[in-house]
Amino acid sequence: MTNDLPVTGSQARVRKVKPSAFDLRGSSFPTSDGGGDLLEISLGPHHPSTHGVFRMDVVLDGETIVRLKPVFGYLHRNHEKLGEGTSYLGSMPYTDRLDYLNAMTNNWAYAIAVEKLAGVTVPERAEYVRVILAELTRLLNHSCLAGFLMQDCGCSGTPLMYAFREREKILDLFESLSGSRMMCNYQRFGGCRVDPTADWLEGARRLTDGYSAFLDEYEALLTGNEIIMARTQGVGRLPAALAVSAGVTGPMLRASGVAHDLRKVDGYGVYPRLNFRVPLGDHGDVYDRYMVRMLEMRESIGILQQALRDLPGGPILDPKAKQRGLRPKAGEAYGRIEGPKGEIGFYLISDGTGNPARYRVRAPSFVNLTILEDLCLGHTVADAVIILGSIDIVLGEVDR
Amino acid sequence: MEALEVLRERLCARFSGIEVALIPNASPSGQSSLLLSGSGLREVAYFLRDDPALRLDQCSNVTGVDWPEREVVDTVKETQPGAPGEAPTIVERKIKRTEPGCLEVVYHLYSIALRQGPLVLRLRTGNRTDAVTVPSFTPVWRSCEFQEREVFDLFGVVFEGHPDLRRILMWDAFKDHPMRKDYVEPDDYEWEPTPHGDVLAKARKHYPVPMAPGATDDPATAGKISE
Repeated sequence: MTNDLPVTGSQARVRKVKPSAFDLRGSSFPTSDGGGDLLEISLGPHHPSTHGVFRMDVVLDGETIVRLKPVFGYLHRNHEKLGEGTSYLGSMPYTDRLDYLNAMTNNWAYAIAVEKLAGVTVPERAEYVRVILAELTRLLNHSCLAGFLMQDCGCSGTPLMYAFREREKILDLFESLSGSRMMCNYQRFGGCRVDPTADWLEGARRLTDGYSAFLDEYEALLTGNEIIMARTQGVGRLPAALAVSAGVTGPMLRASGVAHDLRKVDGYGVYPRLNFRVPLGDHGDVYDRYMVRMLEMRESIGILQQALRDLPGGPILDPKAKQRGLRPKAGEAYGRIEGPKGEIGFYLISDGTGNPARYRVRAPSFVNLTILEDLCLGHTVADAVIILGSIDIVLGEVDR
Repeated sequence: MEALEVLRERLCARFSGIEVALIPNASPSGQSSLLLSGSGLREVAYFLRDDPALRLDQCSNVTGVDWPEREVVDTVKETQPGAPGEAPTIVERKIKRTEPGCLEVVYHLYSIALRQGPLVLRLRTGNRTDAVTVPSFTPVWRSCEFQEREVFDLFGVVFEGHPDLRRILMWDAFKDHPMRKDYVEPDDYEWEPTPHGDVLAKARKHYPVPMAPGATDDPATAGKISE
């Protein structure tokens, strides 16, 4: 793909680079301090540590990374063009496919953008149900992320499988509510598609109450672990100023100590009525990114308990809200929410017809990748792998 | 945040050589935008980022919009003097004109420090073919780096001053810009055992497909056997 030399055979392709021969992009090639040769390694695209089909073009001086260029687009299917070719409702199931973990929050972000564009109101019960599902998604995403990150660190299997055990319980809830484990297609403009039953709510309550025990177990295994601390502390530090400038959002931004959570800042849905704290990191390294997510899950449990307790009755969907035949009048809207990975936003331009004239996805994974090179410079390849893991990307969303 | 009209006045007073137009947004979202044109726009961006009342330190979203050339019909009312003693008649005339196309880049700016936003900025290119350059805001907000590359890749807007302007989602040898409205997909039809509907119409362009009795080539009815 981009800038490529032919990739054949092994995935990690090592070759010697002559500085004079290297002028593929017109950028100057870094030189070795120690007088040795530089190595260019292609890490990926089919490597387990890249979380999908992702390639890093790494130049090494000895073991130290002196340049790293991410290369992606392998999963590009022009999602935004597909959105222009279908009705507003028709894009809803496509938003599931951006991210295999966060279908519910992607649905919500899209629904919010369309509701802003068309001026649709949402019944209170639906707002609560949306919060419940978003927080379950956050638990799901952060548990899995911790598992994947530990896998990248080299603790093969165990933490990931523990996380997957919990993930399966949440996916069971999603399935019984929406009919699908991962591709939920659950939110609608002006509410949600089906009303959760009393049984379902009881199941969600049971899961929420039991989740602390899982987190205690998980943290006993990982948080204080000496090897994990040695491996992740001080690695991939992201200064707060760079994080803000680079548009980094979500737990990654908060791990750098910037208090910015859209649930507080925008106060969308019923979040202003719920009591929760926003955990912040001090150092902005990989360990802080892991820790912030762990603490966020504890807060999510609190939010879930409040939302399940306060859930009002009433309709789940605004009966006057149009779904299939929605034709917002000409204009535009940008709607965003705090997804588990960061700010997920949708920008829509309507020309008054049934299809959007422009449908844009602001994917958190894509923007968060901007600073990957800055984080990795001066570290080793093994560190680059866990830095990438701590950014929390899903390639379906990066490539769109 | 201050009203867009006030901000527009402030920008016009401070920067000579730029024009700022307010683009109203009739939708319930109410997110109107400022259209910037002229020279030295990057200075304006630095100002928006550093001004103590705005401090728009986060450029959240950068995207392109393609506005192809289109025909617009304007209705003009003309008063024609009537015959002496009669009232003048009003005649409506419809004038067709072609509105030139352009590419637009939209920036959504927020302030994390002051918790305000969005300020929606728009830049427009001169046309869709040869005057497609706008200044890059990557030196101002680092988050533009990949997003402007994406706009370059999918829409063909050239960002002047971007440190590393390459394709990002499509491969380097790719020629066209797929998000443009007039983009034509490559004809990459693959053999289908049972073509029907518009797939059948496509198949016929590549090799002879036996026609069912009573079937037509019309894509709407192709593959269906009429009574």
